[in-house]
Amino acid sequence: MLNSAVRVERSLLLRRTVRRVVHTLVVHALLLTGGVILLAPFAWLISGSLKEPGQIFVLPPVWIPNPVRFDNYPRALTILPFHLFFRNTMIVASMEVLGTVLSSTLVGYGFARLRFPGRNFLFVLLLSTMMLPWIVTLIPRFILFKLLGWVDTLLPLFVPAFFGGSPFYIFLTRQFFMTIPFEIEEAARVDGAHYWRIWWQIMLPLSKPLLATIVIFTFIHAWNDFMGPLVFLNSMDRRTVALGLATFKGLYSTEWNLMMAASTVATLPILILFFFCQRYFMRGIVMTGLAGR
Amino acid sequence: MWGYVFISPWLVGFVLFTAGPMLASIVLSLMEWELIVPPTFVGLGNFRQLMADRYVSISLYNTAYYTFLSVPLHLITALIAAILMNQRVRFISYYRTLYYLPSVTPAVASALLWSFVFNPDYGLANAVLQMFGLPAQGWFFDPALAKPTFILVSLWNLGSAMVIFLAGLQGIPDTLYEAASIDGANWWAKFWSITLPMLSPVIFFNLVMGIIASFQVFTGAYIITNGGPADATLFYVLYLYRNAFQFFRMGYASALAWVLFLIILVFTLLQLRLARRWVYYEGELREAGR
Repeated sequence: MLNSAVRVERSLLLRRTVRRVVHTLVVHALLLTGGVILLAPFAWLISGSLKEPGQIFVLPPVWIPNPVRFDNYPRALTILPFHLFFRNTMIVASMEVLGTVLSSTLVGYGFARLRFPGRNFLFVLLLSTMMLPWIVTLIPRFILFKLLGWVDTLLPLFVPAFFGGSPFYIFLTRQFFMTIPFEIEEAARVDGAHYWRIWWQIMLPLSKPLLATIVIFTFIHAWNDFMGPLVFLNSMDRRTVALGLATFKGLYSTEWNLMMAASTVATLPILILFFFCQRYFMRGIVMTGLAGR
Repeated sequence: MWGYVFISPWLVGFVLFTAGPMLASIVLSLMEWELIVPPTFVGLGNFRQLMADRYVSISLYNTAYYTFLSVPLHLITALIAAILMNQRVRFISYYRTLYYLPSVTPAVASALLWSFVFNPDYGLANAVLQMFGLPAQGWFFDPALAKPTFILVSLWNLGSAMVIFLAGLQGIPDTLYEAASIDGANWWAKFWSITLPMLSPVIFFNLVMGIIASFQVFTGAYIITNGGPADATLFYVLYLYRNAFQFFRMGYASALAWVLFLIILVFTLLQLRLARRWVYYEGELREAGR
């Protein structure tokens, strides 16, 4: 009697364990399959970037290049002035990061902590511009920058960042600042600190995770942006990496191995950066999603 | 009053780069202006011309086709991926990183990549098809298949929507599922009556943002197909770009931009309206119960 009860219990336990193992295996199998499908194009790109021309156009495709042609890279990067493209991109990206961090934390502090008439209205206005399609303002912006003589310079790409940049970062900052206890600020106020000092010496140092999120988002945006450089830049030596890569396609569309090498070089820095900073990146994405609530 | 000082960078930026340009864009849309000669006022002439322009209807059709297929498919794939990652298995953070990589890839680089993968003669896609004994396809070069190929490619960037879904899933309290299990609910019933309603605000967010973004689809079509073959991938923003920056018809392009803006606005408002029927906000219910 007792014996059979134990047996039933044991078989139930066994069945449950088997079910759990099967479940885990199925989940891993599905996730792995998806991962392979998502990553296969990257593998194909890197492999192609190391092949000699003849080997790219072989069917069925060869995955391991033979011989390995590392010199595709120096050739791809010198056929067009990629060193200038990288320099320009770094200038735009670092200025855009600086502008966005300064202006969005200033504005975010204003919205989170200071009282002034019309604050709520202005904040709703700011939020609604998040949904504004960028294409509506593009043409007048172009004309404005043309009048200022800024077309074919890097200025149109980063100056707007100093004026609030994207409303999304202001929103993020405001939400983050609201979670910082008032008491810290009040103590500083009692000691006679001005809002500027509170912003600079209290809020910013307490917001390192937020700043990291803004920095990495802005950097990736600046690096990947295509429409901006396409519209505002002309001369070859002023182009960014993304625009330079598109130029490559226009000029040497048959040289797949070189194009693949250039694409790899344009992609790899961003993937490495993302890999090391993904914690901050994911947090930003999650906060965007929660904005929808 | 210090508040105004602190928000002044945004206020100035809003006037200079958002509100000002929007007003200017209305004025421009009533002008004919080729940049070199002074603008002339044409009233609603641009809008009349736009109604008769066959490329406008072609590009609107292409864009709608792309949006209404890619956005739902995109949400479904991202949701499935998020549900898989929400299971209690190991290495989830690695999968999450891996699935996110396509979304940080520069749009130009991924466009080039896809033009290689879907090349009819030497591409990876046809090689895979042939491995399974299936006939090779023309992909971007086939007028009937070019848009579906773009939709397929858009699914590669499931990262952001997936991460947002995953955060939403992790926010659903376990107690709800436990209570349902005690009542004998199976997986499907739990998914249908707990997961989806609890996730609806996030689904709504992804839907609204997804539609706004895909109405403005541009880079892929500009790089890979340049609108072809036979205008099958002439998307609206690509046509707008050509008018503004290749033909320099600033007035006409502004009219095009305003039409797109109004279409997107109507869709967004419509969705906000419909959201009352299906989006479940916990906070609201609590308030109503008070």
